[in-house]
Amino acid sequence: MKQLVTGDEAAAIAAKLARVKVISAYPITPQTIIVERLAEFVANGELDAEYIKVESEHSALSACLGSAAVGARTFTATSSQGLMLMSEILFVASGMRLPIVMANANRSLSAPLSIWCDQQDSVAVRDCGWIQLYCENNQEVLDSTIQAFRIAEESLLPVMVCFDGYILSHTAEPVEIPEQAEVDKFLPTYKYPYLLDPEKPITMGAVGVPEYYEEFRYMLQEAVLKSKEKIIEVGQAFGRQFGRKSDLIECYRSDDADVILLTMGSLSGSIKEMIDEYRGHGERVGLVKVRAFRPFPAKELVDSLGHAKAVAVLEKDFSPGSTGALFSDLSGAFVNSRESPLLLNFICGLGGRDVSSLQIREATKAAMEAAKTGEVKKTVRWLGLRETMVGLKP
Amino acid sequence: MNGMIEIRFHGRGGQGAVTAARLLAEAAFAEGKYSQALPFFGAERRGAPVLAFTRIDSRPIRIRTQIYEPDYVVVLDPSLLEVVNVASGIKRDGLIVLNSKKNAQFSNAKSAFVDATSIAKEMLGVPITNTAMLGAFAKATKLVSLDSLINVIKGRFFGKLADKNIAAIKAAYEQTKVIT
Repeated sequence: MKQLVTGDEAAAIAAKLARVKVISAYPITPQTIIVERLAEFVANGELDAEYIKVESEHSALSACLGSAAVGARTFTATSSQGLMLMSEILFVASGMRLPIVMANANRSLSAPLSIWCDQQDSVAVRDCGWIQLYCENNQEVLDSTIQAFRIAEESLLPVMVCFDGYILSHTAEPVEIPEQAEVDKFLPTYKYPYLLDPEKPITMGAVGVPEYYEEFRYMLQEAVLKSKEKIIEVGQAFGRQFGRKSDLIECYRSDDADVILLTMGSLSGSIKEMIDEYRGHGERVGLVKVRAFRPFPAKELVDSLGHAKAVAVLEKDFSPGSTGALFSDLSGAFVNSRESPLLLNFICGLGGRDVSSLQIREATKAAMEAAKTGEVKKTVRWLGLRETMVGLKP
Repeated sequence: MNGMIEIRFHGRGGQGAVTAARLLAEAAFAEGKYSQALPFFGAERRGAPVLAFTRIDSRPIRIRTQIYEPDYVVVLDPSLLEVVNVASGIKRDGLIVLNSKKNAQFSNAKSAFVDATSIAKEMLGVPITNTAMLGAFAKATKLVSLDSLINVIKGRFFGKLADKNIAAIKAAYEQTKVIT
């Protein structure tokens, strides 16, 4: 049945449909509606789960470690400062290979304090060993959250489902809500293979002395790399059952494109509209959308972007002193390739600034210019920046 | 329906602009259209100018930018006219629906007006004008039917609160004057 729901509501409905057994979370804007809805579902008996109230995000994720270790399907949600407060435990969760699913409503980081959207929060913890999926719309929030449980449980890795704060979290739009019986078929009861059980005591997350630590890290790397296949497999299985398939990346009118825009998250929808306009004028422009940022789909991106003359990476994050994170990963993906398109980086939409059609056109134009001349005038640019305010112009 | 219709709501924090945008999206959705309600939150203070947007289309809606060139504008608070250019970017032949005791002239748009504050005070007991202004919007634009709006209210509010809001919508629908 189709319903008009926000991204937050879609995430909460997905967690309910997944029959999560334990929820532990701490409210933070713009994620709060997720945990409010889940608390309601538990309180009114719609969802048979333990809702563990805690005093901080650090404790929320710590509680999730325990519940995942005893084999309960576990969910949490956060944003921004909350994710930062969880950061210590994020690494513990992946190191202990606990299949926790988290919804992260993307929000910028302090200071200056901002409650609005960008992707700096989840990008800042890209190295924590979690799978990260980014969503374009509220349907993808629901679909990816349901898939996340299967990916997590079958690859023994935690999964973060990221979606843009407000732009998705608070925007209502039609979403196809699957039947409970169908989701049950897709997500059978889960059995964690290494149960923490008082009858058979084991130690989890023990000391990794120098003789062992590096091997554990290598095994984590292998597991996250290998999860690429799992993400594809689960996305295909979901597609067969629900008619909407997911992959590591999505290519939109990019097969024959000279200029390709690359992004992740809700910006993809606005860019698709622009692409159609350009195509209408005979311009060979396309979009590639990154759904899985971790594991990074390096080979898939090289294969789908390699034929282009120029690629413009639009992203709502940056690494101070370097470039945007997606851009640097993409640059790395092309290392040792015989041929690489020209790569341009556009930082945009920070702290909730609207990425308008005008800004998307500006980036496209710059990439078209580079494709034509074979030259990139400026590698990293900031869209919508008021240059007089930062002293670039008098 | 011919192409996407974009509506911008101007209100002040606490007047329900965000809810109005969503209720309108729900009414259009109930009529079998695609819709999107996109709020723009400011600093979350009562009384501060806020924006909310609704898009309606016969096709799925992918664009997620704020709305700069609306087909329709709804103004929930008369005092906003002095501080915000509510007609900014409005399309040619666009329409501005005002909460106002009297009409205001716009060089680039048609207008409609209703005294929604008085209606809200009378019907709801509080100057929350969002539902009344949806009644005015339905009358002025014919984009959604009065019945669809009433059904959405029934799904969202219960008992007396639903009745009061429906009364406000109906009163505003009847009293709205369209100036062409």
